[in-house]
Amino acid sequence: MDGEVILLDAYASMFGMRLRIALAEKGVKYEYREENLPKKSPFLFQMNPIHKKVPVLIHNGKPICESLIALQYIDEVWHDKNPLLPSDPYKRAQARLWADFVDQKVHILGRKIWSAKGEEQEAAKKEFIEALKVLEGELGEKPYFGGEEFGYVDVALIPFYSWFHAYETCGNFKIGTQCPKFVAWAKRCMQRESVSKSLADPEKVYDFVLILKKHFGVE
Amino acid sequence: MGEESKVVLHGMWSSPFVKRVELAMKIKGIPFEYVEEELSNKSPLILKYNPVHKKVPILVHNGKPVCESLLILEYIDETWPSGPQLLPKDPYQRAKVRFWAAYIQQLLTSMARLFNDGKEAQGKALEEVHEKLRNLEDGVKEFYFPEGSISPDHVLAEKLGILDIMMSATLGPFKAHEEAFNVKILDPEKNPLIFSWVQALIQLPVVKQTAPPHDKYLGLLQFLKQSGFKF
Repeated sequence: MDGEVILLDAYASMFGMRLRIALAEKGVKYEYREENLPKKSPFLFQMNPIHKKVPVLIHNGKPICESLIALQYIDEVWHDKNPLLPSDPYKRAQARLWADFVDQKVHILGRKIWSAKGEEQEAAKKEFIEALKVLEGELGEKPYFGGEEFGYVDVALIPFYSWFHAYETCGNFKIGTQCPKFVAWAKRCMQRESVSKSLADPEKVYDFVLILKKHFGVE
Repeated sequence: MGEESKVVLHGMWSSPFVKRVELAMKIKGIPFEYVEEELSNKSPLILKYNPVHKKVPILVHNGKPVCESLLILEYIDETWPSGPQLLPKDPYQRAKVRFWAAYIQQLLTSMARLFNDGKEAQGKALEEVHEKLRNLEDGVKEFYFPEGSISPDHVLAEKLGILDIMMSATLGPFKAHEEAFNVKILDPEKNPLIFSWVQALIQLPVVKQTAPPHDKYLGLLQFLKQSGFKF
């Protein structure tokens, strides 16, 4: 039926959260395996030899790496329940473009906020808010990025909401007050069980960031 | 659906990103209008169609813009389903092709570092390029060279897919890169499969027609390098 599904993941990984949400939306039963980052297991190296990163979705023994690729795989295999990507090719291209924007901007700038200092950190904070405002503009008056239904871009973006507390604490600034529309959208998403059950606790995310900072010798 | 439609591709003759889209359109046999954009003098249309990234290629289909070359390739495959399938139908095969397409993109980024970095850092950039080529060599074996064959029999104009397109656009002009930076990028002994795959691709009429002219491209790389341009 569904076959054997394993998700190799790490609790605080926003990329892993994407796949947890998608699998929950589709009602797929799977085995969750936690990687103890920053230490990486031999199994992870075996399943993702090129990038050596989580998450890895393993379906009937076959690994699928890179969260957006795995997200599309999940949507294609379990296509009859809660489709995440629209069916129109133009709308699909738009959805993929915005998911890519999340990876290029929100993720990279967010990482700079907790790992950089001084001017580099200040610049990252400013650009991060700008990126969220661009996303607010794209959302407009719609309940979700895809329109009336929760979809691909929402899944790609909402995990970062669980990292806001860590960004705010490390960067000594407030995000919510500057991006109220974003927060309203995030709270709407959190009302979905697939999201609320998949997102990591913000305090635990912050604890994880502290571990990463120590590991990478930041500050 | 895609029968009576107007397609305009905004591009630059030297951009490997644009070449990917040009190749895909020609492989699929879709008529389109090409508009050459200048790097230093972007037309207002670029800013209108791609306000976030402000880059080419942009494919405008019946007035609606599609940006980012890999996304455009998927859009082309979905909108014009006849002709060669750029992506396989099976979801796992699709995931693998998407993975390697993204990896070839990373190879291009490493090649850009070869261009950007000064002489001292170039050694490291070259090692990065060679490492990615090694991974690519292993990764695509099962796709294109089953049972250890050395000649990519599938490389026929009717059967080209996204990975062929990515390879043609990224590594097709490899000789110009090697001459411009005075380095060896593609070695038939270190990367026999990729070397033979690229050689087979650059012989195809559709790839030959689309490729930037060698001397012109080499001249551009040398000029950009001298004027301190960075990708």
